[in-house]
Amino acid sequence: MRWLWRVVVLAAGIGGWQLWASAAGSSFFPPPSAIVARMYHLWFSGPAAHLFLTPDATSNILPSLGRVLAGLAIATAIALPLGIALGRSPVVTSYLNPLLQFARALPVVTMAPVFIVLFKIGTDMEIATIVFGTIWPILLNTIDGAATVDPQHLETGRAFRLSLGQRLVWVIVPATLPKAFAGFRLSLSLALILMVFAELVGSSNGIGYEMSNASNSFDMTFLWSTIVLLGILGYLLNALLGGAEQLVLSWHTTKGRD
Amino acid sequence: MLEVTDLTKTYGRGDAAHTAIDRVSLTVAGGELVSIVGPSGCGKSTLLRCVGGLITPTGGRVVLRGAPVAQVPEGLAVVFQDYGRSLYPWLSVRDNVALPLRRTTRARAERRKAADAALAAVGLAGAGGMRDVGDKYPRQLSGGMQQRVAIARALAAEPVLLLMDEPFGSVDAQTREDLEDLVLRVRRERDITILLVTHDIDESVYVGDRVIVLTPGPGRVRADLPVSLPEPRDQITTKEQPEFVRLRTEVSRLVRARDAVAPALESGTVANTEPGGIRP
Repeated sequence: MRWLWRVVVLAAGIGGWQLWASAAGSSFFPPPSAIVARMYHLWFSGPAAHLFLTPDATSNILPSLGRVLAGLAIATAIALPLGIALGRSPVVTSYLNPLLQFARALPVVTMAPVFIVLFKIGTDMEIATIVFGTIWPILLNTIDGAATVDPQHLETGRAFRLSLGQRLVWVIVPATLPKAFAGFRLSLSLALILMVFAELVGSSNGIGYEMSNASNSFDMTFLWSTIVLLGILGYLLNALLGGAEQLVLSWHTTKGRD
Repeated sequence: MLEVTDLTKTYGRGDAAHTAIDRVSLTVAGGELVSIVGPSGCGKSTLLRCVGGLITPTGGRVVLRGAPVAQVPEGLAVVFQDYGRSLYPWLSVRDNVALPLRRTTRARAERRKAADAALAAVGLAGAGGMRDVGDKYPRQLSGGMQQRVAIARALAAEPVLLLMDEPFGSVDAQTREDLEDLVLRVRRERDITILLVTHDIDESVYVGDRVIVLTPGPGRVRADLPVSLPEPRDQITTKEQPEFVRLRTEVSRLVRARDAVAPALESGTVANTEPGGIRP
């Protein structure tokens, strides 16, 4: 029953928007029907062989998604091992903590000009911006997770003479993952924001690039289309992550005794 | 089999120093089940952890099968009190039991077989109308069943010495009796030596071949009593025998008599209260 009500509320919201926008007739707020038609025309009216994606979609949406995923992958590849190492070495972490807090507090957008100088405008600079912004939630949460592994779990590992590698793989990493995932969830939404930001600053393709084009040419329906597209992408990526979490952390997320 | 000589463990130093156990000596013969009983905070767990090589004693020595114990020795297994925190919640019951076997057994199928055999030995094969307990996660089982899993894990590697740290402290009375009988049965079926720490006086007498009573902190050996109850033991008939009643009364008196040993001996490094730092 609950899902039915969700659909009803969603439909009512969109219907209300449609009625209001049609009645207002403002060129700044096109009705959703016009936005959807435009989205279809722009991106999803391609040949079946290309999964209905138009050339415009493959040359803008895919690069943007690629940057988000590459940025997140690099950030995770650095933050996860580093976070576990730091979390298991409280002394080192206590020395490094002021540095970490300082680096985390830097607004990423202020680093963008630095990255532009370092990497020139283009994909490298965009990925660098995403990596620098998304690494902190994963790193800090992983440190916290690795530092708070139940001592009884660790002692049990020693009591059964598990090797260091076995304790890492079978005890420390699984115990850390729930918190690492929480950090990753934050980083995912950050990555989308930073992707758009970096593409607005300077890019020759991507969703942000299309937005800036639409804005410059006062094509409001186009602009709204990119915004709706970003919302849908964010929703889908989050749902995907939720599924992955359910799969990896089923021991953590499922309710107790049945 | 096991010789403990003048074992001492002091936590901290200077004014904050706290001696948990003080010159504890005891021997355990192969195949024996020795209960160690004492009031809370008498250093029972510390003693067990020193014997198991999990913590380094301040003084004295532990010799297992002729070799001094410095780290966790070969052929040792431990059952902790808090099953909820010693079983790994991210592993299925079977994987929990099989995990310690990774060190010695390479083939996955073999580990799986050994784990299933150990689960069957503790009565968890097809128990309770469930088709396969091994596929469940620990938190899907009751407390008593989780502790059975912990026992199965300890047995899977076929240890020669099994250390049990208040293993039945967190389960209800009925389950506790079932688990006591399980330990007795396991001991009969296998060539295994067991050192069991408990604060439950009836339990110490019921399962033990000997009962060692510790004084309140710092723990010292107050008494070492042989238990001459007939085997097999039974929760009803054993506990109504005069010998059982006599022993439980004696142990009870020894546990409670905080000042029975000359006060000079207890010459207070630490009061008999229970400071927070006692349990490691």
